[in-house]
Amino acid sequence: MSATSARPSPAAQPSGSAFILKKALISALVALVLFSLMIGIRTEAGPQGGLIYWTRFGDLAALVGTVFGGSIIVELLRQWWGPVDKDSIVPKPVQSAISFAGRWLAPALLVFAFLVPVIFYNQRYILDLSILVLTYVMLGWGLNVVVGLAGLLDLGYVAFYAVGAYSYALLATNFGLSFWVCLPLAGILAAFWGVLLGFPVLRLRGDYLAIVTLAFGEIIRLVIINWQSLTGGPNGVSGIPRPTMFGIPLTPGDDGLAAKLGIEFSPTHRLVFLFYLILAMALLTNWVTIRLRRLPIGRAWEALREDEVACRALGINTTTTKLTAFATGAMFGGFAGAFFATRQGFISPESFTFQESALVLAIVVLGGMGSQLGVALAALTMIGGFELFRGLDQYRMLVFGIAMVLLMIWRPRGLIGHRAPTVYLERNQAISSDLVKEGHG
Amino acid sequence: MAYFAQQLINGLVLGSIYGLIAIGYTMVYGIVGMINFAHGDIFMIGGFIALISFLVLVSLGLTAIPVILLIVLLVSMAITALYGWTIERIAYRPLRHSFRLAPMLSAIGMSFVLTNFSQVSQGARVKPVPPIITGGYTLHEGAQGFAVQLSNVQIMVVLATIVVLALFTWLVSRTRLGRDMRACEQDQTMAALLGVDVDRTISMTFVIGAALAAVAGMMYLLYYGLVDFFMGFVAGIKAFTAAVLGGIGSLPGAMLGGLAIGLIETFWSAYFSVEYKDVAAFSILIVVLIFMPTGLLGRPEVEKV
Repeated sequence: MSATSARPSPAAQPSGSAFILKKALISALVALVLFSLMIGIRTEAGPQGGLIYWTRFGDLAALVGTVFGGSIIVELLRQWWGPVDKDSIVPKPVQSAISFAGRWLAPALLVFAFLVPVIFYNQRYILDLSILVLTYVMLGWGLNVVVGLAGLLDLGYVAFYAVGAYSYALLATNFGLSFWVCLPLAGILAAFWGVLLGFPVLRLRGDYLAIVTLAFGEIIRLVIINWQSLTGGPNGVSGIPRPTMFGIPLTPGDDGLAAKLGIEFSPTHRLVFLFYLILAMALLTNWVTIRLRRLPIGRAWEALREDEVACRALGINTTTTKLTAFATGAMFGGFAGAFFATRQGFISPESFTFQESALVLAIVVLGGMGSQLGVALAALTMIGGFELFRGLDQYRMLVFGIAMVLLMIWRPRGLIGHRAPTVYLERNQAISSDLVKEGHG
Repeated sequence: MAYFAQQLINGLVLGSIYGLIAIGYTMVYGIVGMINFAHGDIFMIGGFIALISFLVLVSLGLTAIPVILLIVLLVSMAITALYGWTIERIAYRPLRHSFRLAPMLSAIGMSFVLTNFSQVSQGARVKPVPPIITGGYTLHEGAQGFAVQLSNVQIMVVLATIVVLALFTWLVSRTRLGRDMRACEQDQTMAALLGVDVDRTISMTFVIGAALAAVAGMMYLLYYGLVDFFMGFVAGIKAFTAAVLGGIGSLPGAMLGGLAIGLIETFWSAYFSVEYKDVAAFSILIVVLIFMPTGLLGRPEVEKV
């Protein structure tokens, strides 16, 4: 709790219209300087190769005016609301109702997930979208093992996703292996890469670890782009075989599933199959994670997250503990990657950029770091929100960035804001969650 | 040998630019203890502002190149510094006492905001500028007709880096602000108790870091003759790599790391392959961290229980 004493307490802050106006004016002035050149003047490469520019002072004025108005509104809201206190905003009965709903939310969501293909059978778009959401739920749960349970900050998770996807794509297109043979192989290969990455980072802590994983993710992507003879470079791999239902293809032909069952063929069958496939894979991830948390290794992960020094003092082998966390997380990433490859039928390095890693990490952190339900809800919110803004096209990532910043300021500990320890005292100690700080490392 | 000397010059110039960005990372990390992920994009914004102000000045009828360059430098440093200040105010200050990952994610979000802000406001196409500073010297005429060239731009980049670094070193070691910054780095609570305005010092750290990044952005514009909205990401990662390589938190280390990364990258593309130059830089980072987890000049972190 350093330096909080240096700041004036919220109650001592001045109020009144003069103060609000002054603050809004300053904000508008800052906005004017910030946007003066970036918005006020638009540059473009001219037809002769030189640069031309034209002015957009109207846009600039509108933006500065928006900042001015927005600042007044925000300040008014803040004064009207008073110091933010959860208990005063949300009354007790509502809180208990929420916690009651929370208990039934997970089973309800699960039942709903099973029914999605039944309800939305004719809406291809929704089926596609729910497959995408489930892919991210699975990635989130996989990364949750590394970040949420073991507390190792991994900024290059997409590398394992890529390894899984390319493993399946290359094995299937070059050797004709089926999806069900490749799936475990993709997981094993990704886990292998996880261990390989794990070794150098064992001695690193916190932010060093973050940057090394980020560098690792970039290395994998650059190698994929440049190793053209194997991966096809930026053109990617196409013609990846579709999955079969344990050897029965989902095609209109005579040996297809539809013909065998004696029903009319429909392309939706494949979507439904893919949906249940990823649902099963995601649930497997969830189940394995929940089981692992009860095993000594899971307990060791959580202990490592809380305090590495104490872990070592208690005789936990931090090396193997970290490596298994990396390998387990990477394996699930590899599974998800193989699924991604078979769903798309085409993969290229474009799908495995840092943005993907950041998105998955954002899902885990917003989900509350370690909460399985939170991760699922966060994936639903993020991917759903992403789809809502699809029409905005180039503004989409801008909105995503702003949302990420605002969400962090609003709920730094995620939507479901606590990490439930697996082992705890029967009687809760009177320590509020905001006093419990992250252990260093 | 001539080829080697030429690559050495190129590497040092590139390394100077990386070093200038890396200082921003290392300063912020030293004081606040967070990776300012948006710093690479601050560098990109600095490049854009230099480009736009240059364009405006030329079309206003100014012809004296040194005057233009000086004004461009000051304008881009001032506006980019304000970007740094605003970002700290909006995205980092509310999260300063939050848990460790929160400011980092907020920074990643801010990085997306800046990248896409400049894409939306200035378009996605690469913005080329004609060479502003031309000419140079031939240092050595090789036997096979290969000459070692030292262009005026390269001299300017290195000179500007040295001047800025000298100013910056003076600021950190001799002024009141520098003393405050070092105090905050050691112990924020104690510094606050002794009358240091911690909030203001941290703000100034971001302002100075952003101004240095703006210098780097302008040098990049002059040296490569182009800017685009995505250049901040790769440059940012490499500069951060440089900061970690030199030992994060150490200012001479950041410069040293920057030069090292610049040289590694240049020599790798000269002697091995251009495609894998980034892979080489990142691999070196991993290798260095295996054997020297605190970087080249970093102090080992003492762990207290």
